[in-house]
Amino acid sequence: MMYDFFVDLFGNTVIAGIASGILMSLLPLFLFILPYALLAVLAERKVSAHMQDRLGPMRIGWHGWNQTIADIIKLIQKEDIVASDTDKPLFNFAPVLVFAGSYAAFAAIPFSSYYIGSEVDLGIFYIIAVTGLVVAGILMAGWASNNKYSLLGSMRSVAQIVSYEIPTMLVVLSLVMVSETMSLHTLSEMQTGYFWNWYIFGGPGFSLTKFLLIPSMLIGFIIIYISTLAEVNRVPFDIPEAESELVAGYHTEYSGMKFAMFFLAEYANMYAVSAIVAALFFGGYQSPVGYLGNLLGVEWLIPIEQFLWFAAKGLFFVFVQMWLRWTLPRLRVDQLMAVSWKYLIPIAFVNLIVIGFITLI
Amino acid sequence: MKEYFSNIYTALVTIFIGMKVTLKHLFVPSVTIQYPDVKPELPERERNRLYVNMDDCIGCDQCARACPVSCIQIETTKALPAEDLGKTSNGKKKALWVTGFTIDFSKCCYCQLCVFPCPTDCIYMTDVYEFSEYQRDDLIFDFVTLTPEERQQKRDNLAKFNAEKEAEKLKAAAESKPKIETEQKKDQPKE
Repeated sequence: MMYDFFVDLFGNTVIAGIASGILMSLLPLFLFILPYALLAVLAERKVSAHMQDRLGPMRIGWHGWNQTIADIIKLIQKEDIVASDTDKPLFNFAPVLVFAGSYAAFAAIPFSSYYIGSEVDLGIFYIIAVTGLVVAGILMAGWASNNKYSLLGSMRSVAQIVSYEIPTMLVVLSLVMVSETMSLHTLSEMQTGYFWNWYIFGGPGFSLTKFLLIPSMLIGFIIIYISTLAEVNRVPFDIPEAESELVAGYHTEYSGMKFAMFFLAEYANMYAVSAIVAALFFGGYQSPVGYLGNLLGVEWLIPIEQFLWFAAKGLFFVFVQMWLRWTLPRLRVDQLMAVSWKYLIPIAFVNLIVIGFITLI
Repeated sequence: MKEYFSNIYTALVTIFIGMKVTLKHLFVPSVTIQYPDVKPELPERERNRLYVNMDDCIGCDQCARACPVSCIQIETTKALPAEDLGKTSNGKKKALWVTGFTIDFSKCCYCQLCVFPCPTDCIYMTDVYEFSEYQRDDLIFDFVTLTPEERQQKRDNLAKFNAEKEAEKLKAAAESKPKIETEQKKDQPKE
């Protein structure tokens, strides 16, 4: 793909490797995450407003379309305040780490059959590992801020993310058992064809196991959706940044672009987990009904269609996250722990064993 | 064990009920009024900024006296006998030039008490409510239709008229006084 193109261009594998590496790593940021974040922030405000029978931003551009751009310009202009008692190196490093953690996850997400940042065989394993950096960044931010709200928020966040990683991993593990691969690209390729080949409908093939898997897969989907929702600190699991209790949680002391980085990381994370759910259960970039490119015989249209399908699936789950946010109240800390340890983990574990038996048949 | 599963069931079901409600509201037309572009329709008897129709004002000062916060200041100047100020729309004769009529809206409490005593219905509440200013002094509204020169002219006219009258009085007094004095003088030598 990109690498081969550069090899042809430069005739030198080293330069081609570096050039394609840089380009491939920057593409998702500028081509996808930034425009997506702009859109998602606006969509969040619009969705919340309309769910409360309001209008939301209406002033800047048609129906407030340029509101986020104006906000970003404002954030860039803002003074970068660092309080005197903060631990400055950690304080400055934390937003970078949080953003790097959530951005690194995009490397292994297959946007289409022709574009994947890095085709790692351990794709899903890598994503789960690298998003662990976010925990460190959040704890760093809370601790370095030298502020009781920040510290409380970050401690809650760490407790939450660590405990919700377990059901996530159990569900991922059960899916890995069924598909016998950890590469998201291969996983998506396996779900090719029509929507009944998706793992939510038991995966590809037409056998008894497919039908036995459907209920387990549904349960698995619900569990992974709830636990990834908790991992990205969204309502109803937003106790780390609970506005009414903790001001803003771990980013209370941050202003200007550093705050914007936390904000961007949160929205990037929202898409990352939605993309993972889409790739695992909903066919990844595969179209549910076949491709227009195949129908017309235009081959270059297929990757574009795949990208659009993938973006649409991810954005739908992001929308559901917003929808839940404006529906449900926040959980208490003990309720949060109860949901994870008493409900999600045991069910995910039983589900794992059941799926294991079914795959043995 | 039964409770455990019923908990899961109620949690999921109630979440879906809640989501159904919010989804319904997503398509309900919003209640927001885009204020500066679209203005809400005010009730009929809304009390907002006062207006004084100076053509009808007879300068009776009743509104100023009714005002609980004394925000109305009226200054009147008597018209000369030769001047005809005309009549108000409900047939009252005007006898005073209103040379000063200011309402301080930073004090006004919009109680409408000044409206009722007015004999000519010339002071009333309008539906204007957007009149904020940067300086408090800018909230003192002057309703007089005469120009400052005209007002000064009216005052001068009256002063002149009064002075003339006074002068005439003095003259009359001076004319009658000497007679008394002479009479007295006449009387004195008699003694």
